Amino acid sequence: MLSRVASAIYWMSRYIERAENVARFVDVNFKLMLDMPSGTHNQWDPLVSITGDLEWFKKKYGEPTQANVVQFLTFDSEYPNSIYSCLEMARENARSVREVISSEMWEQINTFYLSTKKAAGVKLSLDRMHDFYAKVRDGSHLFSGITDGTMSHGEGWNFARMGRMLERADKTSRIVDIKYFILLPRSYDVGTPIDNIQWSALLSSASGFHMYKKQYGHIDPNNVAQFLILDRHFPRSISFCLIRAEQSLHEISNTPVGTFSNEAEQYLGRLRSDLNFTSIKEIVGQGMHEFLDGFQIKLNEVGEKIHQTFFDLSVGPSEHFFKQDLYQVN
Amino acid sequence: MFEQYDTEGFFDELFESGGNPRTFAQPLIQRIDSMPKEDLFRRQTEADAAFMNMGVTFTVYGENEGTERIFPFDIIPRLVDGREWETVEKGLKQRICALNLFINDVYNDQKILKDGVVPADLILSAASFREQCIGLKPPRGIWCHITGTDLIRDKDGSFYVLEDNLRCPSGVSYVLENRHILKRTFPYVFQTSQIRAIDDYPNRLRDLLEYLAPDPVANPSVAVLTPGVYNSAYFEHSFLARQMGVELVEGRDLVVRNGFVYMRTTKGFQRVNVLYRRIDDDFLDPKAFNPESLLGVPGLFDSYRQGKIALVNAPGTGIADDKVIYAFVPKIIKYYLDEDPILPNVPTYVCSEPDDMKYVLENLDTLVVKAANESGGYGMLVGVHSTEEQRADFAERIKANPRNYIAQPTISLSRAPVIVGDHFEGRHVDLRPFILYGEDIFVLPGGLTRVALKKGSLVVNSSQGGGSKDTWVVADQYQPMRRMEQTQTASMAQAS
Repeated sequence: MLSRVASAIYWMSRYIERAENVARFVDVNFKLMLDMPSGTHNQWDPLVSITGDLEWFKKKYGEPTQANVVQFLTFDSEYPNSIYSCLEMARENARSVREVISSEMWEQINTFYLSTKKAAGVKLSLDRMHDFYAKVRDGSHLFSGITDGTMSHGEGWNFARMGRMLERADKTSRIVDIKYFILLPRSYDVGTPIDNIQWSALLSSASGFHMYKKQYGHIDPNNVAQFLILDRHFPRSISFCLIRAEQSLHEISNTPVGTFSNEAEQYLGRLRSDLNFTSIKEIVGQGMHEFLDGFQIKLNEVGEKIHQTFFDLSVGPSEHFFKQDLYQVN
Repeated sequence: MFEQYDTEGFFDELFESGGNPRTFAQPLIQRIDSMPKEDLFRRQTEADAAFMNMGVTFTVYGENEGTERIFPFDIIPRLVDGREWETVEKGLKQRICALNLFINDVYNDQKILKDGVVPADLILSAASFREQCIGLKPPRGIWCHITGTDLIRDKDGSFYVLEDNLRCPSGVSYVLENRHILKRTFPYVFQTSQIRAIDDYPNRLRDLLEYLAPDPVANPSVAVLTPGVYNSAYFEHSFLARQMGVELVEGRDLVVRNGFVYMRTTKGFQRVNVLYRRIDDDFLDPKAFNPESLLGVPGLFDSYRQGKIALVNAPGTGIADDKVIYAFVPKIIKYYLDEDPILPNVPTYVCSEPDDMKYVLENLDTLVVKAANESGGYGMLVGVHSTEEQRADFAERIKANPRNYIAQPTISLSRAPVIVGDHFEGRHVDLRPFILYGEDIFVLPGGLTRVALKKGSLVVNSSQGGGSKDTWVVADQYQPMRRMEQTQTASMAQAS
């Protein structure tokens, strides 16, 4: 597969997943604000903080309010990680690989983008935003379903899944991190109903509320963290995402999991093993936010290595490659 | 529904001058007449939505916002009589065959120039003449593999060749997509009429490309070379690659080593044997042509000269669709094939000939003037629709560079009905059939009917407000479908 094409598929998939997760963030914050005791100050700055782009935001919008944070994360075409921008990028990438993806995938991504563009034009009232975010989530689910159901599960599909899983791992880590930024009204509210409500909201923003309940019954911060970070079966947990991403990576290079033949495999394998052999106790002991922060840095390194191994066109071709391919081995 | 429709004295593709549908158009017109009006308009709306959702778009230069547009599509097809088509097909094959011999001659022995049939200075001064191609022997001796010849009809209904497009003609993707949509729109008419199928074009194209592979390899690796997503015809490049099941590459995906062309893949470098390039000669290879080109592949042309890769179409074919050379095509056909042209040219005045130039300057208000090396409807003066100023401007341009201009009488172009609001109106159309030259010459039955959607306009180019229609080549009698005689019990009986 062409490097450029592989890269476009990978990013197409990442951007769709990113759009979905941004919709999840904003939606969970709406819910959290509804449950905060009246008189408490609305907290919209945590949402900007977890994007890592607080400074960019303040320069353009000033102090975070509900209206401007929603605009920023949803429709701002100048902000590269807004839902609108993500879908635009996803579509541009898809457009450049239309001959590789299935036509159903293209139609979905195109319709998805066009409907979001239309919504951006009409300025939805804030109370209709919930429906809009639900649509974005569904649009993304539909896309990944169509991808799984119509695209051959070969190299291209593995790049798409790897992109989706790495993106989701990163975003779930940020959803868990929201809790760190949101201030409880008073310090002695820890462990009170409000605290529990907040943890529940986090779970449902990762679509994990019911699955969690089935497994653990009661809301308990450590269990929620265990579930969203380390669970091996819940499809949005970080651990699950890394396992799947690693499988795809090895399908692409055709090497067994547990070994490595390039740096991408090495870095991802190490990160996944670390996670699999960590306990929630250790994470809490180390400090949740510090753990998540370190994880995100390592995940970015994995992304770097994938780029260098498969996509980077600037690396000059070695003679070795040419000799090998002179007689067209397919 | 067509009671109010008036052919207004033009040759109409579907109706005779008296207002009766042509014989071969009767099943279609009857079908449309039997449909409730709203139903027909709903189908038009659905077709528009389908094009938008499928992203069947083209890009318009010089606009920032909303640069992608759908190519407006009118669901009323344009029909061509099957018997008439046979003549068109023969005429096109003859023309392409002669033009290929001409290109080969121009870059090799130059007999036609030595014999004085085409003035040598016209060739050598043409902007589309490529010195780099002198002495070139392309694989299988074919230069113009893919052609999209523009045909028009005059008042009397006879076909004329308006332009030969031998470089990278586009539009075939719309032909295929239009047909796809119309099968959904008028399934019943397809069932009951004999409309010649076009769906195997991508297979034929792939066969053609593989046929040209320089070394006898079992599975030649074929790719479509595109300038990228921002090119106006990007949709088509991607569409064709997808339909053929081959890679779509950009210049930056390719690299030349030891004279061979490779594409960079996730598993290292892979040989390419045949490139269907949709990049103009000038941008193909900065080492051989325009050194500023960022789209091309350094060393590609050299690899081609060494016979290590096939390029489709061959570089240099533009010399045969120069609008001045066009005037000589009837002579070219006579010279190489010793036959009279089956499809006539539109009478053409070549401004480099003093007598012709004089006539042109005196009759600018009735002629259509074209620059020799422009396409897409740019650099053109339509005399009858021009202002005094525009004519003066063109007179200056012609005098300054006579070699670059030709003129033709205004042809009144045939018309076909299109949906306008809630009724039908006649609009001018042309026809671009596509011709593949490989093991043999194949003409795709039908082609792209372009329609000038602006009332009275004669310019059909997509960049200038044109739209398109599906084109049906129909036999005038239809055969009913064979009954399905076998039933389940019968086949069960056979099985036992």
